[in-house]
Amino acid sequence: MNEYFRWWYQWFRDTVLVIPGRVIAFIFFAFLFLVPLVTTHPTLLRILILAAIFAIYAASWDVLAGFTGQLNLGHALFFGVGAYTAGLLNLHFDLPPWVTIPLAGACAVVVGMIAGMPALRLRGFYLALVTLAFPIILTGVIFAFPDFSGGELGLYGISHLSDCRTSDYYIIVLIMVCSVVVMYKFTDARSRSIRTGVMLHAVREDEIAARASGVDTTRYKILAFAVSGFFGGIAGGIYAHFMRVVGPSTLDIFFSFQAIIWTVFGGIATIYGPVAGVYILYPLTELLGTDAFGQQIRFAVLALLMIFILLFMPDGIAVWIRDKIEVKCPRCKLVNVATRQYCRACRAPLYLEKTKSTGKKEEGENETEIHL
Amino acid sequence: MAKIIVNGLVSGGVYAVLAVGFSLVFGVARILNMAHTAFYMIAAFFIFVCTVMSGFPLLLSVALAIFLVSVVGILCHKLFFDRIKEHTIPVMLVSVGLAILFQELLVMGFGGTYRAIPPLVAGFVEIAGVRVPWQHLLALGTSIVILIGLWLLLSKSRLGKAIRAVANDREIANVMGIDVGWVCTITVGISAGLAAIAGAIVAPIVMVHPLMWMQPLVITLAAVVLGGLGSIRGSVIGAFILGFAETATVFLMPMGSFLKGAVALGIMIVVLLLRPDGLFGVIFEEERL
Repeated sequence: MNEYFRWWYQWFRDTVLVIPGRVIAFIFFAFLFLVPLVTTHPTLLRILILAAIFAIYAASWDVLAGFTGQLNLGHALFFGVGAYTAGLLNLHFDLPPWVTIPLAGACAVVVGMIAGMPALRLRGFYLALVTLAFPIILTGVIFAFPDFSGGELGLYGISHLSDCRTSDYYIIVLIMVCSVVVMYKFTDARSRSIRTGVMLHAVREDEIAARASGVDTTRYKILAFAVSGFFGGIAGGIYAHFMRVVGPSTLDIFFSFQAIIWTVFGGIATIYGPVAGVYILYPLTELLGTDAFGQQIRFAVLALLMIFILLFMPDGIAVWIRDKIEVKCPRCKLVNVATRQYCRACRAPLYLEKTKSTGKKEEGENETEIHL
Repeated sequence: MAKIIVNGLVSGGVYAVLAVGFSLVFGVARILNMAHTAFYMIAAFFIFVCTVMSGFPLLLSVALAIFLVSVVGILCHKLFFDRIKEHTIPVMLVSVGLAILFQELLVMGFGGTYRAIPPLVAGFVEIAGVRVPWQHLLALGTSIVILIGLWLLLSKSRLGKAIRAVANDREIANVMGIDVGWVCTITVGISAGLAAIAGAIVAPIVMVHPLMWMQPLVITLAAVVLGGLGSIRGSVIGAFILGFAETATVFLMPMGSFLKGAVALGIMIVVLLLRPDGLFGVIFEEERL
């Protein structure tokens, strides 16, 4: 038992504690798991559950847009398709949630493939507009066939995920953590074992150069669409079972923009960015919505906040914080805490001094200090 | 049938004015201004305030609205878009934020109810067996006059030449001595003014309410994309095509009014599949900044 603890502690010290970003992520996940032990206030749990669902939704948008550069203005399509699939399967075929949710994800992938076919031919703004069009078309179809899809009122009476809200919370947070970790591994460019992250970065940065280097960009773009659609559909399916009501609001244009707002606010081209963005902005909007005056001004405050953050931190708030607390070693590219003077692996100085004096005295100083 | 043609022309004309404004700003300043239809909404509300609540004559309030919205557009550009103009996606999001901000301010000021503005010229006229309100004809006529005026400005005047130069190649225009920042500002002003004109002609026809900017925004974006980015002629043609498509859907298909957005966008997707750069799209060089 002692051995096991020591092994775990060493792993923790060597992998998690060295990088402040991972420490923050660890504290965040610990906080999420420990909240129901402190309080089970239903509104707080509801806000956190919805934040978890939207975190999966926003992160899935970022997989597509941040990493392959294909701006998807209609991400609500995946969410809505997932929600409606889960709802319809549950209502008409009485399938339990643990079957409908993966099927919702699969259905969203199929729809994503159909929607992604124009994506292979189009670039940039044209692609963005075509993606914007799809949820609107689907909304029109839903309104036009109200017997099948519930029309404006939507589907209701979908079954619960579990018996009480606390176990709902744990299930959903667990799904969120797993999804976010999978998406992170899928898109991480620093990973040595899973190389898809590097390929996706290459496709985004310069697609022609990537193709010239032998990367099959079409396959990676389709893969990104599939992963993005799958997790968006999962988020939609969980939403359907949690809210027990699914309506056309899941396909709303503004909801697509919400994903973009949360992601860019938090930090595009990262996975922790959208999660941070959702967990900062969404409880803020909900808290503002509780009192009567707050309800009037809440979207205005949200818009103002978003505008000012984007003016001063255009890369997103999580990225701005990350750049303040972490620094990359110029020689071995390893990530270090920003307060260190020397890299933890190669002992190279992390900050190069800019002095006007001659180089001699500086070199002497460096040489003596390295012996530390 | 005649109804479809007339109504299609009217809505096509309004969308054309909006689409041209959007396309101008995108071509010159590379800004995806999602608040473009929000300017249109502000103009409509301003005219509402002036005419219904204060009793000014309609033409005066229209002129004031155009001036005011142009100034608001230029202010937004200077304060918000200019600071972060290297990052394209945050600029688009800031414009979305501004649009939401305007919407919420109007909700706080006026409430969410629908308002109506009395038309400039009341009454109907019979054309080919269809009763057409004079206001619709006025809207159509105004949009055609504005489009012709804009075409003259862009092709014949010095400012138009400068605008076309900056839209074509920003660096070389700078080298040639054109003040690129000033041209961008003027273009944003013109674009906001066009949105205000669209708001002015349409205000007596549609219901004025704080959410009226979303639906025209989607159609405007679709028209610009359908016509091809970087082409003013394309935006106009795209706008008319979508206007006709919408009107035809409403009159011909059974669940038409729900499906009109879907059909219009479906046409856009089909055209894009056949011609990936839009109908008249100018192929931009990948700008490596």
